[in-house]
Amino acid sequence: MRGWLLALTIVVVTAVLIAAGTLWPIQTAIAMASPRSTSNSSSPQGAAQALLQEVRRRNWNAAYAALANKSEFPETDFIRDLTGSYTSLRSYASLEGFDLSPLRSSADEAKFRANLNWSSVVGTFQDVRELRVVKEGDRWQVVWPINREPKIPPQVIPVNYLRWDVIYRGAEDDWGAQDVESPHVRIVAMHPVDRGGGTIILGELLNEDVVPAFVTVKATLLAKDGSAIATEDSFENISHVLLPKQVTPFRIDFQKARLSQVDNVRIEPSSTLVAASADPVIGIESQKLNPLPTTSLSGQLVNQSGQVVNITHILGTFYDNRGQIIWVSDGYADRALLPQTPVAFSLPYPADLADKINNYRVVTSTFSVGRFQ
Amino acid sequence: MKHRITLALAGLMLMGMIMASAVQLAAADGEGLRIPKVVEAGSALSIPTSAAGKAVLYIVSPAQVLRRNVEPGEAIVIEPGALHNAGHYLALLISQGATDKAEFNVVAARQPASVNFLAKPSRLPVSRPDGISGVAYVFDVFRNLVLEPTPVSFQLSDSAGVTQTRSVATHNGVGWSKMNSAPKAGAAQFQVSVGSVAEKRVVQQVPGDPCNLKMSGQRSGQRMILETAPVRDCSGNAVSDGTIITFTQTYNGRSEATVDVPLKRDVARTEMPARDGAVISVATGVVLGNEIRVGAQR
Repeated sequence: MRGWLLALTIVVVTAVLIAAGTLWPIQTAIAMASPRSTSNSSSPQGAAQALLQEVRRRNWNAAYAALANKSEFPETDFIRDLTGSYTSLRSYASLEGFDLSPLRSSADEAKFRANLNWSSVVGTFQDVRELRVVKEGDRWQVVWPINREPKIPPQVIPVNYLRWDVIYRGAEDDWGAQDVESPHVRIVAMHPVDRGGGTIILGELLNEDVVPAFVTVKATLLAKDGSAIATEDSFENISHVLLPKQVTPFRIDFQKARLSQVDNVRIEPSSTLVAASADPVIGIESQKLNPLPTTSLSGQLVNQSGQVVNITHILGTFYDNRGQIIWVSDGYADRALLPQTPVAFSLPYPADLADKINNYRVVTSTFSVGRFQ
Repeated sequence: MKHRITLALAGLMLMGMIMASAVQLAAADGEGLRIPKVVEAGSALSIPTSAAGKAVLYIVSPAQVLRRNVEPGEAIVIEPGALHNAGHYLALLISQGATDKAEFNVVAARQPASVNFLAKPSRLPVSRPDGISGVAYVFDVFRNLVLEPTPVSFQLSDSAGVTQTRSVATHNGVGWSKMNSAPKAGAAQFQVSVGSVAEKRVVQQVPGDPCNLKMSGQRSGQRMILETAPVRDCSGNAVSDGTIITFTQTYNGRSEATVDVPLKRDVARTEMPARDGAVISVATGVVLGNEIRVGAQR
């Protein structure tokens, strides 16, 4: 009897959800289901939507054909604008959704702000474009704001590469034979904060050795009786490869443990000697805090080396006026870093910290295709 | 598999028989077996017997078991190298109707044949008093720990050719010493010698924290070209290449630009935007260097 009731409930709920989805579909569903029937070029918004739906489907030919200014650039430039010229997060990202905000409109021209939400293997990133839509005869077409990646002129950039290789002890060595020593690392700052009903451990870790280290930080929250409440590690909120004397911030989130229950925190940094490269060098320039409503730290990354950096992980440490860490934020550059070419980045931070942030520090860790690090 | 089980059972039965005989005939302890109480590992041994008929001698220890057939009136000869594991032994001479028992110890040979050398750490900063420790375990040719006090010599030779030497005697087979790391960076040879036996380890003595970190800047259009002076520690050693030097540009107390640059050939070089009134500072790890105000150097 109970089984029949459950089956009936599932059938009814499913039917209700199907009906709701059909009657009030979300924009993404519209795009996936029958884009041409709901978005067309008879209105400025319809033209912009139709274009972005083609982009979403990676139907580059159709998207390019719908542009008003395709005579200004070839289709390959259009594709590179959206997917990147070099392998980067964009190369494997897909347009998960978008929303259009009208800015102004007239009889033969309209302007929209398009928020494009891309999804990638390390999360989502946003791309904001201002789209101008013009009337050509009886059709509306988008004037695509092409963003051409600069081309680097052929040249030779001399770089003295520095890297460390490691020879570990062999299995046949006797027990007296020493192995290479693990790098010495030290926690130089630690600050637990109560946030959103959970506890967050913020801190900084220094590699005080002369060799590169692969580092992780594990934290255990201890109750008054000494028992462990929870254990977590820093996962991606840390720069895992630390060169000698390099400092990385770290953040460890305990979403279900209140700080009021915590009597002590046990921090366990660990380090392993790894082969690493000292290059490339990334400069962080034009940093500035952006006020409400979109609180963020933005700036530009400049690759000062000669090789293309495909993936860049960015970590920001925020300090109050006493120099104490109050937040650690991370993000990724969605485009590859070409030598000497600035790429914008933005790291969000909680709006309630806007008045408390006095200073900040940004570090990066990089990955280049075909290289170890 | 069946064969192995059979062998194991037979071995167990044999051990059981030997132990039972030993318990039963405790009263006869040592009456017919004259074995020295202490025997050096690997040495030959001749055991006279007074058995009237044929007998069997078992020598049992936790590490090995020997079996010898005994002819009437003949001494039992244990050839050199047969008794090689140091430890406590039980000898049983089993003949028809009688069992003799004796206990003795096999000790390590006096002559050291090998040494296991633990040197820690493999890498440490210069000028650390007692920063390097060496521990030597002395063994004979049969890998028995030599428990007799044995002189051990530790030698640490740094890259400048300066040698520290310490001599100690082992205690229960182990000798140890501590050494200072040299003021000059480089690979040091850490050697332990026991008689004619020597073992070597390499201890890397690395530069300490940078001292007097200084940079200079030169304006080039809209950019500042920044370069540190050769970075050295307080003993004058060049700080290891690859060490990260952080340049930070602040304006009105807030960070505007940052770059982490690895040392290459003792210096770190980078460029930053030149903004009048901005202050550029340099640091490495927790060591701070000087500051430059763009437009005027201080």
